[in-house]
Amino acid sequence: MTYEKILFFIFAMSACGGALGVVLAQRVARMAFWLIISLGSVAGLYFMLHADFVAATQIIIYVGGTLVLLIFGIMLTATGPHVKIQTSPGELVMGAAVGLTLLFLIQGTVRSVDWNKAAMVTSGGEFQPGEGKGYNPTGQGNTIRPLGMALLGLRPDKDLGAPEEAGLSSGYLFPFEIVSIHLLVVLVGASYLARAKQRTRPTV
Amino acid sequence: MNFFPIATSIVDFLQESVGLTNGLAMALAALIHGSLLVGIFMGTPVVWIWGERKIAGRIQDRLGPTRVGGRFGWLQSVADGIKLIQKEDLVPPAADSMLYRMAPYMVCVAAFGTMMVLPFGETWVAVASDIGLYVLVAILSLEVIGIILAGYSSGSKWSLFGGMREAAQMVSYEIPLSLCAIIPITVAGSLNLVEITQLQSGWANNWLIFHDPFVLITFFVYFTVATASCKRAPFDLAEAESELVGGFHTEYSGMRWSFFFMGEYAAMFVVCAVASILFLGGWNSGIAPLDTALLEMRALSADGSFQPMSYLSNAIGMGILISKSWVLVFVQVWVRWTLPRLRIDQVMITCLKYLIPMSCFLFLGTILWPLLMYKMSDGGRTSFWAPKADRWAKPAVLVPVEDAETSQLILPNSTPVDTGELADVDRKVAGGTR
Repeated sequence: MTYEKILFFIFAMSACGGALGVVLAQRVARMAFWLIISLGSVAGLYFMLHADFVAATQIIIYVGGTLVLLIFGIMLTATGPHVKIQTSPGELVMGAAVGLTLLFLIQGTVRSVDWNKAAMVTSGGEFQPGEGKGYNPTGQGNTIRPLGMALLGLRPDKDLGAPEEAGLSSGYLFPFEIVSIHLLVVLVGASYLARAKQRTRPTV
Repeated sequence: MNFFPIATSIVDFLQESVGLTNGLAMALAALIHGSLLVGIFMGTPVVWIWGERKIAGRIQDRLGPTRVGGRFGWLQSVADGIKLIQKEDLVPPAADSMLYRMAPYMVCVAAFGTMMVLPFGETWVAVASDIGLYVLVAILSLEVIGIILAGYSSGSKWSLFGGMREAAQMVSYEIPLSLCAIIPITVAGSLNLVEITQLQSGWANNWLIFHDPFVLITFFVYFTVATASCKRAPFDLAEAESELVGGFHTEYSGMRWSFFFMGEYAAMFVVCAVASILFLGGWNSGIAPLDTALLEMRALSADGSFQPMSYLSNAIGMGILISKSWVLVFVQVWVRWTLPRLRIDQVMITCLKYLIPMSCFLFLGTILWPLLMYKMSDGGRTSFWAPKADRWAKPAVLVPVEDAETSQLILPNSTPVDTGELADVDRKVAGGTR
């Protein structure tokens, strides 16, 4: 039992426990709290996969952004002190059916993959399980630079053939910018719709 | 990110000298590092609550605490702590008891979690991350959840209003905070706090604050925003003793109440430490010969062995960083007892109408500055100064790996292997004339 396994169990258990808490809790604010636990543990799992950018993004967007919005929504729309949600048995059955179907689908997919072979393929045949490659206490240059370069269309981790061929790749920057402008338009539209209507001058 | 790189030297020590197994050594080293950080986390409020009372006293022409623990009342924080522990742990009947109990811990955890990625020296960082600043800002943004939950779960109008105000203020001020933090990052070309500090070695003119006029202004904008996001005066109307009793923590008492303040003081220290890393040279002293000496001392343990001089160099660096941060914390305290409060609408207007456009303008200016420099100096350079340390400093401690051909243990000499070409590109863009 290595320490990675122990930490994986801790994070996985708290992710599942948080999810269960969301389902079983009655008060909406408590659901939000359990969702924080669950999403935070998933971020922990990302950290364990050395995907610190994804993990930090998970924290900043889902936990720090979406959940704050959720709690704001509860606070602004609440009619009583602690809002409760009562689930009807029909909804419970439907939810359980959808959840279990998804679980079986994912479980079947995961079991059908030969993970050792996949690890060999993705690492270019150099994969040796359980061996540390040595690590770098200053944490330099191993996450964000390849990501940023890929955004610009440079993939140093992949052989893209001839330079002129590789130069054709435009990267992900352009789609990214389009999505961000789309979001901005949505925000402006929402604030236009939501603002107080201007009082028109009464016609005599 | 490497998992548990904190433990490099201590793990080696525990494995080789003490003879523990790998997992046990790892766990023990993590425990030691965690305890050290908890010490810093708990020590900062103890020092600064006393400091704040003393400074406030002097500003208001009083003496401040004088009785507990000798002449300067330096045990006042400890006495306060003992008093707070003895108080009854109240939960109002109208409160959502679970969330009410959890909220102070969430604020504390958010403030404490940021220290995980905060480097105190070149190799003295609990979790070395390539995107340290991003992780730090992400964890710091969790503080607001604890505050909203505290306000909501108290079951009191004052708390709810205070929590709403506080949350609106903190969420709004996160935007200029992130924008201001991005500006030195565009100059340095890295999100890694260690690397950003390495760029600023040498004379003090290498500090990023003196890189160009835009960054100079950014520092002051950042400091204002950081003060506001720590809910310090003059931006502390959300706590508003006069109208909302105590804002989001109206219903809290005893230890749970003091957790909010521990979180606040720790967050003050963290944003000031980030300011000194991003703008004021971090653990670099600003005196070139001294910096060179410290770099040489640190380089002694480049082969992974333990060297007292390298340890001493890191300790001196940590002292320099903490002194710089404490000067900034002192300024925050000074401002609190000097300026009157802003109204809550003024707080929001300051952020949304002035600070965000200012930081956007500064961001644009900082991006254009290297191009301007490049034109003006006939394509010679993109910045005025050049740092003393290596742009890509060699990692100071490495774990030996097995060589594929000879199957001997060797030390990898450079870690960012894949990004070798990128380093050159980056050097031309960000490093100036090197």
